[in-house]
Amino acid sequence: MLGPNGAGKSTLLRALAGLTALTSGSIHLGDVALDDVSGETFVPPQRRPVGLVFQNYRLFPHLDVLDNVAFAPRSQGASRRRSRELAGSWLERFSIRELASRRPAQVSGGQAQRVALARALAGQPHLLLLDEPLAAMDARTRLDVRTTLRRHLADFTGPVVLVTHDPLEAMVMADRLLVIEHGRVVQEGAPAQVARRPATDYVARLVGLNLYAGRSDPGTGTVALDDGGSLVATTDAALVGDRVLVVLRPSAITLHTEQPEHSSSRNVWPGTVDSLELLTDRVRVQVVGRPSALVDVTPAAVAELRLQPGQDVWLTAKATEAEAYPDVTRG
Amino acid sequence: MTVQRRVAEATRSARAIRTVNDRGGVPWPLGVPALLGALFLLIPLLALVIRAPWRGLGGILTDSRVLDALRLSLVCATCATVISVLVGVPLAWVLARSRARGVSLLRALVTLPLVLPPVVGGVALLLAFGREGVLGRYLDQWLGITLPFTTAGVVMAEAFVAMPFLVVTVEGAFRAADRGYEEAAATLGASRLTIFRRVTLPMIVPSLAAGAVLAWARALGEFGATITFAGNFPGRTQTMPLAVYLALQTDPEAAIALSLVLLVVSVAVLAGLRDRWLRVGREG
Repeated sequence: MLGPNGAGKSTLLRALAGLTALTSGSIHLGDVALDDVSGETFVPPQRRPVGLVFQNYRLFPHLDVLDNVAFAPRSQGASRRRSRELAGSWLERFSIRELASRRPAQVSGGQAQRVALARALAGQPHLLLLDEPLAAMDARTRLDVRTTLRRHLADFTGPVVLVTHDPLEAMVMADRLLVIEHGRVVQEGAPAQVARRPATDYVARLVGLNLYAGRSDPGTGTVALDDGGSLVATTDAALVGDRVLVVLRPSAITLHTEQPEHSSSRNVWPGTVDSLELLTDRVRVQVVGRPSALVDVTPAAVAELRLQPGQDVWLTAKATEAEAYPDVTRG
Repeated sequence: MTVQRRVAEATRSARAIRTVNDRGGVPWPLGVPALLGALFLLIPLLALVIRAPWRGLGGILTDSRVLDALRLSLVCATCATVISVLVGVPLAWVLARSRARGVSLLRALVTLPLVLPPVVGGVALLLAFGREGVLGRYLDQWLGITLPFTTAGVVMAEAFVAMPFLVVTVEGAFRAADRGYEEAAATLGASRLTIFRRVTLPMIVPSLAAGAVLAWARALGEFGATITFAGNFPGRTQTMPLAVYLALQTDPEAAIALSLVLLVVSVAVLAGLRDRWLRVGREG
């Protein structure tokens, strides 16, 4: 589940866990109703087969790691000894046996996350919820932890809902991606699909694409853009008179300092350089025009063309590079 | 917190205070009243120490009547504290967590003994539990239980006055406690009682200890409610403060010696609370 801060991701997780009651609608896990406003069903969190790994883990500070993990079996009625045995085997599985007698304050962020995951799984949930599991880590640890997290989740047979605002994490971890904005699902599908055909500006910006909304002209394949200008695009569906989105990679646009005379591209339009940003191996140029666009050029080209903010330029893009698809969000 | 860190912290704040004073010193409109205030609080204690009958101290303190009073005081104050913990902690939890109507009114009423003159508390206890009291009448008639002017009465009077101290302290801790841990426990399948027992309570232990010490100290010094409700019978209801008061009329030296004992106990309590209460002033 991907979305900007404040989109409602955590609220959704809390509703699934039973920490926040729904005010309308229903939640079903398999055939079991967990929360149904119309049916007046509400299963309290302690009776839901749902495990939740909180963003800051919320490990009990007064219990050692072993007793943290033993908490769920103990709460579900197992004896103290049996609970600790179970907890021990979970620590074994997550390769953190040696942390058993430590307090949560004495373990690193990556270790704490494993403890939190072990603690949640020790309750044998049917649904596992992870709230921004990597948010609290630095980039280096994040890479390691992401790999081990994937491995540990592989054994879990039930559905896992992972919340993040990091698109890379979402792409790597998810089989299915749900994008949430302003409390509503704006797009869902396979990560590759979402990355290729973003439905909103938010997703397009995350994956670094130019995205335009407009209305397609049935005869010519031209799309009249909402924010001015038009683009000739290709499409694999019949989009007669429909609302469409057009996606255009920054590297598929060519930048010229003078009006190109014999361009084979069907999209040619003028603009003004607004800003330049050096990425690792290329320069991303923001051009204001109809439409505005991000354009990727090589550092050598920037030097050769003497690009600078305020400069008038021309942009060209092939119709085959501009892909149009139905806009489901705006109907 | 480790000892080293605590020491380091203390050193740091001591240093901070010194820098502030070095820069300007204390302006006299603040310094003079401050000095007067400190002297006012310290001179009586000093007088107690100076005038103490050091030579006869051993004899006075081993007197059986004194030992009785001391023993009675310690036993009753401890009983009152235990009762306060057993019912005061659940009461504090309800006051902190219940969203029922009237809880804020209840809070105001149960903390009333904090500001109520203890003598009034004693009179109220008599009217409730005395032999002619609202409840005491039935306790006496049906069960043959008499509470006023008994050791149990002393415990009741002390608990009545001391429990609000514990309730207020612990309620604050319940309010300040991070509810996130309770939510985590709930998602792990813990019932509300388990959550209270295994998560909430362990996390407020420092406040509970502080509240219990405060309540104990208050119970130990109780005078007004005790003498009103339980009377002043040596060996049965005569606690240290009552013994001090009585001795002052007949044997001032004994009164001073007894006061000295209570002073020592108070200093010990303060030392026990030092970590918690004295630090508040530095951090806050």
